[in-house]
Amino acid sequence: MTEPQEQDMLTIIDASGGCVRPDLVPDEETLARLYRAMRRARHFDERAVVLHRQGRMGVYPPFGGMEASQAGTALALTHDDWLLPTYRDTGAALTYGLPISQIVLYWRTSPHGWAMPEGLKVLPFYIPIATQYPHAVGCALAERMQGRRNVAMAYIGDGGSSEGDFHEALNFAGALDAPCVFVLQNNGWAISVPTTAQTRAVNLSRRAEGYGIPGVRVDGNDIVAVHHVTREAVERARAGGGPTLIETVTYRVKPHTVSDDPGRYRTEDLTREWLEKDPVTRLRTYLTTRGLWDDAREDALTRDITQEFEAAVEEADRFSEPTPSEIVDHVFATPTPQLTEQRAQLLEEYGA
Amino acid sequence: MTATEVRTGTGTRTMTMVAAINDALAVALERDAKVCLFGEDVGVMGGVFRATDGLQARFGRERVFDTPLAEAGIVGMGIGMGLAGMRPVAEIQFAGFLYPALDQILSHLGRYRHRTRGRFSVPMVIRAPYGGGVHTPEQHADSPEAVLAHVPGVKVVIPSSPTDAKGLLLAAIEDPDPVFFFESIKLYRSTKEEVPEGHYTVPLGKARLVREGDDVTVVCYGGMVEVCTKAADAARAHGIGVEVVDLRTLVPMDTETVLASVRKTGRVVIVTEAPRTGGFHNEIAALVAERALDSLLAPVVRVTGFDAPYPPFTSVEDTYRPNATRVAKAIKQVLDY
Ligand SMILES: Cc1ncc(C[n+]2csc(CCOP(=O)(O)OP(=O)(O)O)c2C)c(N)n1
Repeated sequence: MTEPQEQDMLTIIDASGGCVRPDLVPDEETLARLYRAMRRARHFDERAVVLHRQGRMGVYPPFGGMEASQAGTALALTHDDWLLPTYRDTGAALTYGLPISQIVLYWRTSPHGWAMPEGLKVLPFYIPIATQYPHAVGCALAERMQGRRNVAMAYIGDGGSSEGDFHEALNFAGALDAPCVFVLQNNGWAISVPTTAQTRAVNLSRRAEGYGIPGVRVDGNDIVAVHHVTREAVERARAGGGPTLIETVTYRVKPHTVSDDPGRYRTEDLTREWLEKDPVTRLRTYLTTRGLWDDAREDALTRDITQEFEAAVEEADRFSEPTPSEIVDHVFATPTPQLTEQRAQLLEEYGA
Repeated sequence: MTATEVRTGTGTRTMTMVAAINDALAVALERDAKVCLFGEDVGVMGGVFRATDGLQARFGRERVFDTPLAEAGIVGMGIGMGLAGMRPVAEIQFAGFLYPALDQILSHLGRYRHRTRGRFSVPMVIRAPYGGGVHTPEQHADSPEAVLAHVPGVKVVIPSSPTDAKGLLLAAIEDPDPVFFFESIKLYRSTKEEVPEGHYTVPLGKARLVREGDDVTVVCYGGMVEVCTKAADAARAHGIGVEVVDLRTLVPMDTETVLASVRKTGRVVIVTEAPRTGGFHNEIAALVAERALDSLLAPVVRVTGFDAPYPPFTSVEDTYRPNATRVAKAIKQVLDY
């Protein structure tokens, strides 16, 4: 018998790097793209924690161990589609194409990191849990109403799926046929609350049934499987087939944020088990077995990614600190008389 | 029964504000089997600020428990518990995450007694850390007290010291009506003082004179009390007597203490870290305009946050939140008028 955790879950490349569904393996170029995206995400995550320790980045919620879930989903989008990430989904955002320097500036709490790049349909990291879900329905419908066949993809955690916004959004998307892809990353924890305490449901993808929409459950540490089901969902949405809920089953092997101490609420036995299922190692083993990967290629990739990251940090370092008067900028298109006065006050008190 | 009189403990213990809150919760759980605590991460973890540390281990999972992540559910369920005879104490992890529950708060929490003409009521306490000053991430530093103070039928309490926090929280839990209890994140661990052990209450609706003085009245509450006291002490060194009135509770407000002070000094500065427009500080200005205009020697001056969201930009955060320098400037302004 399989564990309840693993019921109805699609795996293509298993934890040992073996292939259990050869019929669903994509071409070599796609495999390489998937691997590269995960390595980029992991590099960012590891370096971000270091930058935090050096005082060069603020509070940061790591996603290490969830690279397959984030990169595998984001890679199924084009730049015409919308991406709505949470604070946990830096890996999805950078895979989609949000510049790394921008992300560094965001977690550095610089307004330059908040100023989302023109032309990129990615919304800023959502902090209030689940609020992005109804937005995704709106973004998706707006695309259709304007005659475009683009989709909106929104992320949420297992904890977030307890909020009313999650359920309302799924129901809206179904009722209004919105071209949405809802990614529910079940990483086992909402800060200190395990998913088993969050809900009595085990298979969270089955919640989709209650809203009359398709729900799929996928091994969240198998990027090949994640990408496979996401591509199907995106294609269905694009073709007018409506929304899909995808549950990626993964694990938060890291603390909630860099300032969290998981020792207060969990032991690390399960973490160690999940580290054995690591998404990056898993795909690398598979690629190596097939002769598609070797140390030389790994070294080249590492060099590439390191260079890209270091250049991005240098770029981020070139942005100046904000001035106090920026606090009151961008509240309205045209500042109210009160804000104009308040801006003048800040300039008088602090200059520039 | 006003309870400053009913003190059960004998000694005192040195406590931070968060420790005093934890102690108040323990005393309430100990004294009244109807008291229960719930919220996100309050159980095993003891809350993100440790306000409920150790309480689940001590009082059990039935009385101290983690809920699913849903604020509307937390408040809605608490209303049901209150209606049916319990004394629920809910924690909202940050005041800025209270908003999903606004439907329950505006539609029901403050209205139940009124709409059932006294038959049903909700003796519930909702605790939430609020305010800035410690470089929290985006949306973790909101000060939404005015939103709640505007809801008929709910009380709003904001303590500024460990001793007050404990006594006010116990009074809030024992109150027959719903009470919001906002806890300044900045003050959680910034000071320690000797706090009475055991049970005591500080009555709701009674302000506290933190400093006495004859020249200027400074009205404030919560996280701003520390800032204003600093400004008052600096002014004292220059021979200026600043009276610092800590409101302690916004609803009900102790109008008499505010008015008596303003009538004495003739000058008033009101300080809050909330945005400027539509905030509770304006209620104090209105009170003074209505009932103490004759005593005023200078126009009322407000020192506030700005009409922009609290900035998540760490390096300029401290220019949003009023500091002692800004309060000192306002004191000078009313004196120089
Ligand atoms: C509306 C709201 N309530 C509470 C919080 C505080 N909070 C931040 S993260 C978190 C847990 C989220 O868990 P989950 O949705 O599973 O996502 P994960 O952090 O595991 O990625 C909580 C309670 C918040 N940000 N927003």
